[in-house]
Amino acid sequence: MHPNFHQKFTQVPYNMGMKSQQALKIDSVVKSYGDVRVLDSVSLEVHPGEFISLVGPSGCGKSTLLRIIAGLEAQDVGSVSIGNSSVDELMPKERDVAMVFQNYALYPHMTVQQNISLPLEMSQLSWMQRLFFVGNFFSKTKLIKDTIANDVLEICKSLGLENLLKRKPAQLSGGQRQRVALARAMIRNPAVFLMDEPLSNLDAKLRIHLRNELVELHKRLKATFVYVTHDQSEAMTMSDRIAVMDSGKILQIGTPNELYTSPDSLKVAQFIGTPQINLFELTDAKDGSHFWGSATSPLNLNKKSTAALALRPEHLIVEAHRLPTCDVQSSAVISRLEDHGSEILLHLAIDGYANELFITRIPNLGHQDGFRPGERINVGFKLDTALFFDAQGRRSV
Amino acid sequence: MTWRFVNNICLKLAAHSVLFLGGLFMVLPFIWMLVTSVRPPHEIFEGSLLPWPQEFYGWGHYQAALLNVPLVRFMLNGVLICSVILLVQICVAVPAAYALAKLHFFGDKALWIGTLAALSIPIQVTALPIYIGLATAGLLNTYFAITLPFFLSVFAIFLLRQAFKTFPDEIIHAARLDGMHEFEIIWRIVLPSYKSTLAAFAVFSVVAHWNDLYWPMIVISETRLAPPPLGMMFFANAESGSDYGALMAGATLLTMPLVLVFLLARRRFIEGLTMSGK
Amino acid sequence: MTKTSLTTRQSISGLLFSLPSGLLLVTLYALPMLCLFLLAFTDYEMGNVVIKWVGFANFNQILKDPVFSRSLWNTLIYVAMVVPISIVGGLLIAVLVHARTKTRSFYEVIYFLPVTSTLIAMATVWQFLLHPKLGPINSILKLLGLPAQNFLGDPTLMIATLAAIGIWQLIGFNMILFLTGLSSIPKEIYEAAAIDGVTNPVDRFFKVTLPMLGPTTLFVLVTSSITGFKVFDTVAVLTQGRNQSEVLLYDIYLEGFTYAKMGYASVLTLVFLLIIVGLSAWQASHMDKKVHYA
Repeated sequence: MHPNFHQKFTQVPYNMGMKSQQALKIDSVVKSYGDVRVLDSVSLEVHPGEFISLVGPSGCGKSTLLRIIAGLEAQDVGSVSIGNSSVDELMPKERDVAMVFQNYALYPHMTVQQNISLPLEMSQLSWMQRLFFVGNFFSKTKLIKDTIANDVLEICKSLGLENLLKRKPAQLSGGQRQRVALARAMIRNPAVFLMDEPLSNLDAKLRIHLRNELVELHKRLKATFVYVTHDQSEAMTMSDRIAVMDSGKILQIGTPNELYTSPDSLKVAQFIGTPQINLFELTDAKDGSHFWGSATSPLNLNKKSTAALALRPEHLIVEAHRLPTCDVQSSAVISRLEDHGSEILLHLAIDGYANELFITRIPNLGHQDGFRPGERINVGFKLDTALFFDAQGRRSV
Repeated sequence: MTWRFVNNICLKLAAHSVLFLGGLFMVLPFIWMLVTSVRPPHEIFEGSLLPWPQEFYGWGHYQAALLNVPLVRFMLNGVLICSVILLVQICVAVPAAYALAKLHFFGDKALWIGTLAALSIPIQVTALPIYIGLATAGLLNTYFAITLPFFLSVFAIFLLRQAFKTFPDEIIHAARLDGMHEFEIIWRIVLPSYKSTLAAFAVFSVVAHWNDLYWPMIVISETRLAPPPLGMMFFANAESGSDYGALMAGATLLTMPLVLVFLLARRRFIEGLTMSGK
Repeated sequence: MTKTSLTTRQSISGLLFSLPSGLLLVTLYALPMLCLFLLAFTDYEMGNVVIKWVGFANFNQILKDPVFSRSLWNTLIYVAMVVPISIVGGLLIAVLVHARTKTRSFYEVIYFLPVTSTLIAMATVWQFLLHPKLGPINSILKLLGLPAQNFLGDPTLMIATLAAIGIWQLIGFNMILFLTGLSSIPKEIYEAAAIDGVTNPVDRFFKVTLPMLGPTTLFVLVTSSITGFKVFDTVAVLTQGRNQSEVLLYDIYLEGFTYAKMGYASVLTLVFLLIIVGLSAWQASHMDKKVHYA
């Protein structure tokens, strides 16, 4: 990366993250398409230099929100501010954002070089200077175009694209196209980088590789990234904070750890984490006490309304040497094993929960002889690792 | 020799004969036209059947044709008229097609339905009222009159709108984000991806208007403005069938341009002319 | 961005981009059509100061006009000759050419040449070819001992001759359309048919090829018919409608632009329009029924 890169492209004060408290603020944004409410009063504050992900199932509104931030679509109600000023009245180009699209959106008939230089041409040349063929006769045009070419070359070198400048998008691989799209975004040195599922069109291995590259890039640029994905593991591994969305609402915003250990709602708990969290409905006795499956002793809960209990797979204990530490125990039959090399996942049919299988994970230390399909084993957990939810899916603490 | 083998040969022979005879029928006029144009007058009068001249008459007929009738003028008219029509057609149709394909605006449905309806209305139907309008305005016998009805090509709008609809919205979004105005996006980002469609349409338009007789015949009576078909008609009337040598030379000169382009750019040409088939 | 300013911006762009075509659509199609309908009910002649409303008088006159009925009849005969022959011929040639490998391009060029040529010029050539005294065709007839024919003067032969020239120009066009259709028939269908026992080329043609060409054939049928009804150039150059060889468009041309009887010509044009639109509408309505999935 060119050592002077950052200084060269500093035109915008708030890019250094010093002058304002928020890089991006979304305030009560509502958006409907006909009768369908795609965004339902969404609010979000993004800190400067932060990598924040918007995650959720398809149709939750995350891409729409991104486009609204960019100015490609207009919200019905609510406001968007970048830096400290509202951008609602500004055209996309004036908002100082750059976007990387899912399908890269590279200009198909232009070379890599032309693709990347276009944003700069748009901002530095007047329309007359841009005119095909005729524009070159204006005095400053050549100077500006040469400067732009240099900047493009530097960016390409930092992304390993310097040998591909003359190629057209059709002649590039998926990963190369993605990097060109990145370069095109980077060259604008924007206040906020918006990314709309940029890795979802790539194969698994490439995806992981580019994930790392993106995180490295973020560290280098110290820029604000707003990253949309439906893949929660991607969000978990890359982000400083995550906003989980569903049906047009933000369910929870927090660091990956906060979301994992302390989800506000059942939806968040089930969305975050692979494999999915184990969910147990609790049976009520007439006196208000709760039982876990066919465990004999009731759970000692001081919680008011509790309908369900959730346990992360790693908190469902099956190893003999750890069972004594459990507060509650029961019995289960192993349905099948998943060997992931470094760890083993066991699918269990726990007594009292017919028709459901739960998952526990144990590290592969070579002594899982006791665990074979069909075997009956003991299972248990510690109360303080369990998450409790009421009938509406809200977390009760 | 098996029956199958003989059968195959007979079939192949039959196929080739049919094709050959049909081909002869197709090419006969061209051959005769060329031959007669370099055949001395006395051979023509004898009704010679030979497919080549006994005596090469040189360029005499061509000279006669070029002198008697302003053939070059006719062809230049053709070039001028077709170029102007094509240029205006593109300038009108491309933005409209883009708007219909990618934008929402008041009246877009009406425009689209109007375009579809107009697709089946040929110039021969609207000729009468447009002629009356032009005559009343005193605009007959002008290049404007010849080209006016064709400024709008609903076929171009139809074709391009269908094409533009396949262009990914994302790329347009990226261009907007980069600060491009819609107008620049049309010509700089979208259209370059459809060069072949545009080329095929250009062929279609130029051929159609180079060969058009009906409308020019209605609005033009002065020789100096005549496009090739009308010019040919003036020529044929003037000659009233006496100097066939010159007539054939004239026909050769007028037909050559398109035939040459066809031979040079066969694929593109065929694509353009049979576009309505897609 | 606030909803109104973004969508308004796009709306304004859309309107501006469509303005020229919208205006032209009105001035070149909508208004003329309106005028046409109105004129049909008047006795307007070019140069008249006063336009008189005559109700259905023009329509009545059509029914009694011998020139109109003759021109309509001639046109129908012309179409009846040109359309079937140029379709069957085009299909036949296409099938034969499709099977060729080395000579395919050669034949494509040969058959498409007439389509590219300027019809007027070629019509003059045909005039020469068919000349009673100077033309080679009559010379050949004489050689064979047959009498010379006045192809372009004899009332019984004129329409047929015009039809022959029309076929000459149309076959190549139809051939290309059919070639495209033939190329889009997947080979697997023929293989499946072969397994089902269809091996005879004639059988293959009628049981597999022809049905698969359904949409193409429909399209060729309609375009050939419309082209047929639009016959004008050859008549204008070769016969000028003499000896009772008028066709519909030539009649319109005479009435409207030679005799300047605009009102009457409008009615004739409406008849022409009806036929053309009828054909297009018929095609549109049958499109889905004949579409075969690939």
